[in-house]
Amino acid sequence: MKWDWNAVDGFMPYFWDGLLVTLQALVLGSLISFALGLVWALLMRTPSRWVRWPVGVVTEFVRNTPLLVQLFFLFYVLPEWGLTLSALTTGVIGIGLHYSTYTMQVYRAGIEAVPAGQWEAATALNLPVARTWRVVILPQAIRRVVPALGNYVIAMLKDTPMLMVITVLEMLGQARLFSQQHFQFTEPLTVIGVAFILISYLASLLLRALERRLVH
Amino acid sequence: MSTDTVKNPETNPEKHPGELIRLEQVTKRFGDNTVLDHLDFSVQAGKHVTLIGPSGSGKTTILRLLMTLTKPDEGTITVDGQQLFPAPEKQVREIRKKIGMVFQQFNLFPNMTVLKNITEAPVTVLGMSKDEAEERARDLLDLVGLADKCDARPTQLSGGQQQRVAIARALAMRPQVLLLDEVTSALDPELVAGVLDVLRDIARSTDITMLCVTHEMNFARDISDQVLMFDSGRVIESGPPEQMFSEPEQDRTREFLSAVL
Repeated sequence: MKWDWNAVDGFMPYFWDGLLVTLQALVLGSLISFALGLVWALLMRTPSRWVRWPVGVVTEFVRNTPLLVQLFFLFYVLPEWGLTLSALTTGVIGIGLHYSTYTMQVYRAGIEAVPAGQWEAATALNLPVARTWRVVILPQAIRRVVPALGNYVIAMLKDTPMLMVITVLEMLGQARLFSQQHFQFTEPLTVIGVAFILISYLASLLLRALERRLVH
Repeated sequence: MSTDTVKNPETNPEKHPGELIRLEQVTKRFGDNTVLDHLDFSVQAGKHVTLIGPSGSGKTTILRLLMTLTKPDEGTITVDGQQLFPAPEKQVREIRKKIGMVFQQFNLFPNMTVLKNITEAPVTVLGMSKDEAEERARDLLDLVGLADKCDARPTQLSGGQQQRVAIARALAMRPQVLLLDEVTSALDPELVAGVLDVLRDIARSTDITMLCVTHEMNFARDISDQVLMFDSGRVIESGPPEQMFSEPEQDRTREFLSAVL
């Protein structure tokens, strides 16, 4: 086996396209999982079990079935029900939904870690419940869970290649396409491998900076 | 255990002029443990009442009931003529506006500055303008001797300073009643005096009603109009501090005071 820099040069334009798609999937998937996970976590705290029960069942189901199966389902079954989305949109929703069932657990732990005294002080000051959540509980809970949420961003990054199976040309998709056309596998796969490491590393640096800022 | 009740329930529950807080036959249980046992007592507006007694005798539970942090199993509680349990949410909020509470563990909001801790509720609950709330907060911080700490975070303050901010925060809501729940118990000994001085000041210079659970007997003697001795969920004796501290009638009170004084 020999390393061919020309193959690297040839792959780079496709690599940039793939990188852009990977980053889109990662950023949008993260945002969806952060937002949706928080919604699940809050719904699980409502007094009504008619809310908690269905949310519990749905999120448990999503968490305990493979992301790959969910992606296939969203991509091939939803259109049969009349809902057709682009491959990337489907993938972003799939990843975001799947990981929201993990981030909800992270939020739950963060919310439970806020001392009961904070709720009591808010009650004593007569703050409305919604306001208590917004300005007292969630700021403290979220500050605590940023590191844990960050871990799921890295995990999501490593799951983005699954989008290939629903025709999204992210980094691995581009590498595979290039390899099959040029019969050169080593170079494109190495390039995207290095790219995954770099993105993970940069993401973790960013998260650490964010953590430091939050600890005031 | 003595079963004497010092105050008998009034025969006419309708009118009690000057009375701000009234508990009638209030019982509170935690599992098998009866913390309050058919308790009756009332507090006149403007009075400073101190609850003393051994740990677990139900003193703190009374404050928590009044602040609606917990519910009674039996009995009625009225504040300023309005019943608290059961009551529609709107009425509960109205009653809570009249009551402020300072906690043993301060419970300041660590994610807000000192100033924001104090202004948050006046702005969102009372609808005060931000400027007015901040001006009043600065006055209150001045009152508790922390005028220079507006922009500090609670975590940057000592326990005593945090507790004084918590007092300012409670006062910012202009409550008629201030509930003080062992406010110096979590403090280092050298910080206790500063907090008690602030409270003495407030007791002297305002007409706020105070309901105070404390183990600081000198403080209780200084500020109280009335001292209630609790044991096993009941008031076993009450009276003005001079009498309670020098010539209590009940053996249990004498025993307790000789242990803590």
